[in-house]
Amino acid sequence: MAEMGAEQQGAAQAIAIRLWNSRWLLAAGIVAVLAVYWFAGMSGYVVLLACAVLLAAAMLQTDAARQSAESAAAIEAGGLQRLSGEYLAAAVADPLIIFDRTAVIVHANAAAFAAFGGIAPGLSLSLKFRAPEMQTLLDSILSGDVASDVVDYTEKLPVERAYRVSASSVGHGTDLYVLVFKDQSEARRIDRMRADFIANASHELRTPLASISGFIETLRGPARSDPAAREQFLQIMQNQTGRMARLIDDLLSLSRLEMKPYLKPGTEVDLRQTLGSVIDSLGPLARENGVAIERDFAEGSLDVPGDRDELFQVFENLLENACKYGQSGGRVVVSIARSDVPEPGIDVTIRDYGPGIAEEHIPRITERFYRVDVENSRTQKGTGLGLSIVKHILTRHNARLSIKSEVGKGAAFSVHLPTR
Amino acid sequence: MQSVHIVSAYDEELKYLSKRIAAMGGHAERMVEQAIAALVNADPGLAQKVIRDDLVLDEGQREIDDKAIVIIAKRQPMATDLREIVGAIRISADLERVGDLGKNVAKRVVSVIEGRQPTSLFRGLEALADLALTQLKEVLDVYASRSVEKIGFVRDRDDQIDAMYTSLFRELLTYMMEDPRNITPCTHLLFCAKNIERIGDHATNIAETIYYIVTGDQMPAERPKGDKTDKVVLPATLPVK
Repeated sequence: MAEMGAEQQGAAQAIAIRLWNSRWLLAAGIVAVLAVYWFAGMSGYVVLLACAVLLAAAMLQTDAARQSAESAAAIEAGGLQRLSGEYLAAAVADPLIIFDRTAVIVHANAAAFAAFGGIAPGLSLSLKFRAPEMQTLLDSILSGDVASDVVDYTEKLPVERAYRVSASSVGHGTDLYVLVFKDQSEARRIDRMRADFIANASHELRTPLASISGFIETLRGPARSDPAAREQFLQIMQNQTGRMARLIDDLLSLSRLEMKPYLKPGTEVDLRQTLGSVIDSLGPLARENGVAIERDFAEGSLDVPGDRDELFQVFENLLENACKYGQSGGRVVVSIARSDVPEPGIDVTIRDYGPGIAEEHIPRITERFYRVDVENSRTQKGTGLGLSIVKHILTRHNARLSIKSEVGKGAAFSVHLPTR
Repeated sequence: MQSVHIVSAYDEELKYLSKRIAAMGGHAERMVEQAIAALVNADPGLAQKVIRDDLVLDEGQREIDDKAIVIIAKRQPMATDLREIVGAIRISADLERVGDLGKNVAKRVVSVIEGRQPTSLFRGLEALADLALTQLKEVLDVYASRSVEKIGFVRDRDDQIDAMYTSLFRELLTYMMEDPRNITPCTHLLFCAKNIERIGDHATNIAETIYYIVTGDQMPAERPKGDKTDKVVLPATLPVK
């Protein structure tokens, strides 16, 4: 009953609204009927009848009203039309670039900025993406021969990336086109990693393996009943297996880094705290080598964007090298300072006073397995990968490693981390 | 980027020039990249492809020269426009040279891979090529964005390339002295290294041209020379290891 009441009430309200909406027309109609009554002398019944008909007509839902109600409903359902293309582009996780028919960038989403850097509205796409396949793609889309096209695009530097790029026109006759980049780097990198791993690992693991198998042969043959020699050989074998284990650890950590060449944005690292804990963790090694670690940290906040674990590894590797190879200097200075060249950032410098590095080796010491002095590196349990790991991590942080050294005067490894 | 001319066809012509430069740049980058890949992976097929691709760059340079001359004759350009056009002629010549150097590396692939060389020989060369290619890429990116304030990096990197080249030179000499059988491949690799080092120099030239196009001034002339191979002397006999 209550429902019925409500329904009736609703209907009554609707009728009242309709009457109110057509009040002027209704009034004019009634005035006209009354005018005709006065001047033509019609009967009162006819006048009442005419007025009733007018009222009834006003109560009926008009076509126009129905149409406007329908369009309101349509707008509510189709909110997509009101959505700005910018928001839509921002919601796409892949790099997306919208450009006009002269190949000039109209809009690029945040992912595109992060991936390619230095792209701004107004920049010409064909100047930025110069690879021949991209040029062909842009030409074929802009000439209107094809509505959409896909190519594979690889960028080798600064980090290797592979994309499947699809280009298509937006809507009909908008004169706008869109490029979407689908990242395929991971699959590519896994392939490469496998090839690299086999090439490097087989070479570097073979040496200790050969020596172990040689000693096993000797132990089973001539040295079978010589306890002193046996003890000595077993010691060497243990050292070699340790070296193989370290090598595998380093190779794996390098491969892991190569698997994800980008950094997740948004995290900040406190360098003061990070370097503090690096120094603490290497305290025992420094004491063992007779090296004193000195700190020279700038005042104020020393935060940079980055990944704490990775930066920890960078400074750990650098400080470990300084303690090992700069042992003869007796001290290592770790300093943090702000610097504005080449861009605002923070410089972390790890300086030792050991034998230094000869000039011809400096450009190459970050290469894998490049060793300045093979013998010294082996006795210090180096794998030849430490600095390559450092370089990899720093590339991901847009940071620069500069090495200054003079033979006999020690070496300074300085890391410039941009603050923005 | 540049002000609009009353004759819009003029703008179109200037844009076309820079688009062609970018396309040539892309080709040159790709050629060098593939030449090094052919060398490192011992891939004579890829090397042949690089040698064929050089035609595209020669063609590109001729086209840019023609277009530029026609624009100068027809439009009587002044100031920025004139610099833009003359710059295009110079950059295209540099890029064409980069292509030639890449092609020369590719031509040597067959001689180098005849006897299989240890990968360590190539590692240094690859690192050198990475530096030179980064240099070229950054320079061409500056050409696209016209942000000349970034150009300081270029010289910085040129020093790194020279230092790396000197180191590589020394290393290759050492290999040759260790074993005379290494002389053939190492000599070829020395030339490859020299070619790559020259690519870095051309990139620096392009950077200077861009600086001139955008600012109208010549780039300040301090250019420290890091190539010290003219002074590399190894002892006649190697110390016994």
